[in-house]
Amino acid sequence: MKNLLNDIRVGWFLGIRQIRRSNIWTTLLIVLIMTLTFLNLIVVSGILVGLIEGGNRANRNQYTGDVIITTPSGKSYLEQTQDLLSVVQSLPQVVSWSDRMLTSVSLEANYQSRNFQELPNTAGGQLTGIDIDREIGVSGINQYIAEGSFLVPGSSGTIVLGKNLLRRYSESFGDTFPALDDVYIGDKILVRVGEKVREFTVVGILDSKVGEISLRAFVTQNDFLSMAPRPAREVNEISLTHNKTVSDEFIRDIFIERGFDGRAKIQTAVQAIPDFLNQIKTAFALLGSVIGGIGILVASITIFIVIFINAVTRRKYIGILKGIGISGASIRIAYILQSLLYACLGSALGSVIIYTLLVPFFEANPLDFPFSDGILVAPVEQTLTRFGILLLVTLIAGFIPAWMIIRQNTLDAILGR
Amino acid sequence: MDDYSTKHIRRNSRKINSMIQIQNLEKIYTTGSIVTPVLRGITLDIKKGEYVAIMGKSGAGKSTLLYQMGLLDKPTTGSILLDQINTEYLGEAERTVFRLNHLGYVFQDYALVPELTALENVAIPLLMLGQSEKDAYAQALKTLEKIGMGHRMNNLPNQLSGGEQQRVSVARAVCHHPKILFADEPTANLDSVSSVLVLDVFDALHAEGQTIVMVTHEKEYADRAQRIIVIEDGKVKE
Repeated sequence: MKNLLNDIRVGWFLGIRQIRRSNIWTTLLIVLIMTLTFLNLIVVSGILVGLIEGGNRANRNQYTGDVIITTPSGKSYLEQTQDLLSVVQSLPQVVSWSDRMLTSVSLEANYQSRNFQELPNTAGGQLTGIDIDREIGVSGINQYIAEGSFLVPGSSGTIVLGKNLLRRYSESFGDTFPALDDVYIGDKILVRVGEKVREFTVVGILDSKVGEISLRAFVTQNDFLSMAPRPAREVNEISLTHNKTVSDEFIRDIFIERGFDGRAKIQTAVQAIPDFLNQIKTAFALLGSVIGGIGILVASITIFIVIFINAVTRRKYIGILKGIGISGASIRIAYILQSLLYACLGSALGSVIIYTLLVPFFEANPLDFPFSDGILVAPVEQTLTRFGILLLVTLIAGFIPAWMIIRQNTLDAILGR
Repeated sequence: MDDYSTKHIRRNSRKINSMIQIQNLEKIYTTGSIVTPVLRGITLDIKKGEYVAIMGKSGAGKSTLLYQMGLLDKPTTGSILLDQINTEYLGEAERTVFRLNHLGYVFQDYALVPELTALENVAIPLLMLGQSEKDAYAQALKTLEKIGMGHRMNNLPNQLSGGEQQRVSVARAVCHHPKILFADEPTANLDSVSSVLVLDVFDALHAEGQTIVMVTHEKEYADRAQRIIVIEDGKVKE
């Protein structure tokens, strides 16, 4: 143990001086390679996962809130709406909530000027009746108005359309869903719910990549009830946010414990994410890891070559050091120290770039992806894990060439044979 | 020395004053089918505190003999006792420790570590011996001052002349008070003034009781030693 500590001490003595007095440009180049490797390791998978995570985040912020209560299949609405809302309002942790009434709807535009030989200009979607203030409190969807304005409390006969209900916004999806042609702010459209038909004026277009927003038509709850009466103002969805002093699961469990499970579908924001998105996220994370793994391999080969060339060109001095009695372990430690320093400097620089430049940049300028705004996901624990992997690989890549050179015959090394 | 096992026990022989005892030493290099005997049954004895010069023509085997004595290489056959210790069975790691504890080397081309200053080059064996950095530097500086190189302690090898580098190399070889100082043509790359300075240091060390074995091909320098051993065709020529 004492010998090992002394080997480390002498190795440190040699290694530090080798680094300090080596060519600064060579050192900078190696550190740059390590920085790029670290960035490759974190950023590639971070962006791939971030494409999905951006969508998940938007889903939470614009639609589900922290917990969402929805209508179970087979039911038309939440039958215990008032009981549920009583619980929601009684929870001190809940800071905002929104109740939404939903029904299938058929929209028709340009019906006044239609030639009867043409097919009607129609689209299907969901009519959503909201309390404007409560909805803004939970989802803030008024911020996503692309054209016109959001609904105003007390207004009547006005409608806000999700962008994918309009052809000019949803062209990139092809014919995935029918959409209205040539509808602009101020145009009147017919809204059909069952046998009931009413004319609404389009006041705003919502630009959101959350499917539940972009394929819905929003009206006030009073307008909704005029189309689809609900005897006790039953709703279909309740989204709520809490003050973050508790977990999403804690809030969900309160509703489950109070016996609403089964009569309402109670989910956290994470549970509400469709499975296929989670599968894509897992696949992207795997893809990112594979690409990162290739990056690590390239970095380890680079470190190996750097240390090998360094050790080969200094073979004579390694021989001399051994000749005067410096242990092989000390000399190996000096080289390992160099590789670890390169990895640490590269990772530190990479972390600074990620957390001070890239993450804020992608937050401010998300990648425009058809179903999400891609961000850079770089959780600290994951970054630390990958730093650990890079460190380990670098350690091995530094050790092997040093070991190869140091184990050679001392006299041969001194004489350059 | 007590670290070594019984297989390396001191031979309490009649030659108690011997520092180096060599018996029937042979070194044969084999490259493929070519067998080259370099040392052919050398037997010699060097006393404690003795200053010996080894001379001979190029290829005679004088440096090879020095490497065997200095445990930098292993002989094909024969035995080498250093300060009564049989080195025959020492493993690679034990030989390294032995060199650190008991031997000092001066190489022909100075062999200073380029990234270390003069002081650090001299201090490194002391650090390996377990001394604190402060003590090692103090002792290294003392040794450098003794050979007139104290003022150059913070210079890197490439900032020193050949003669200065060789004197730093000597300081590194003796700062830990080795039992034997081996020097392989220490003046070969030096001008006459620098050579004399280095040999003066050897003289001073010898005066303090240092055992020195020096390989040289300069008769004038060899004459400064107490004894000259001439090697010819791998044998000692008396």
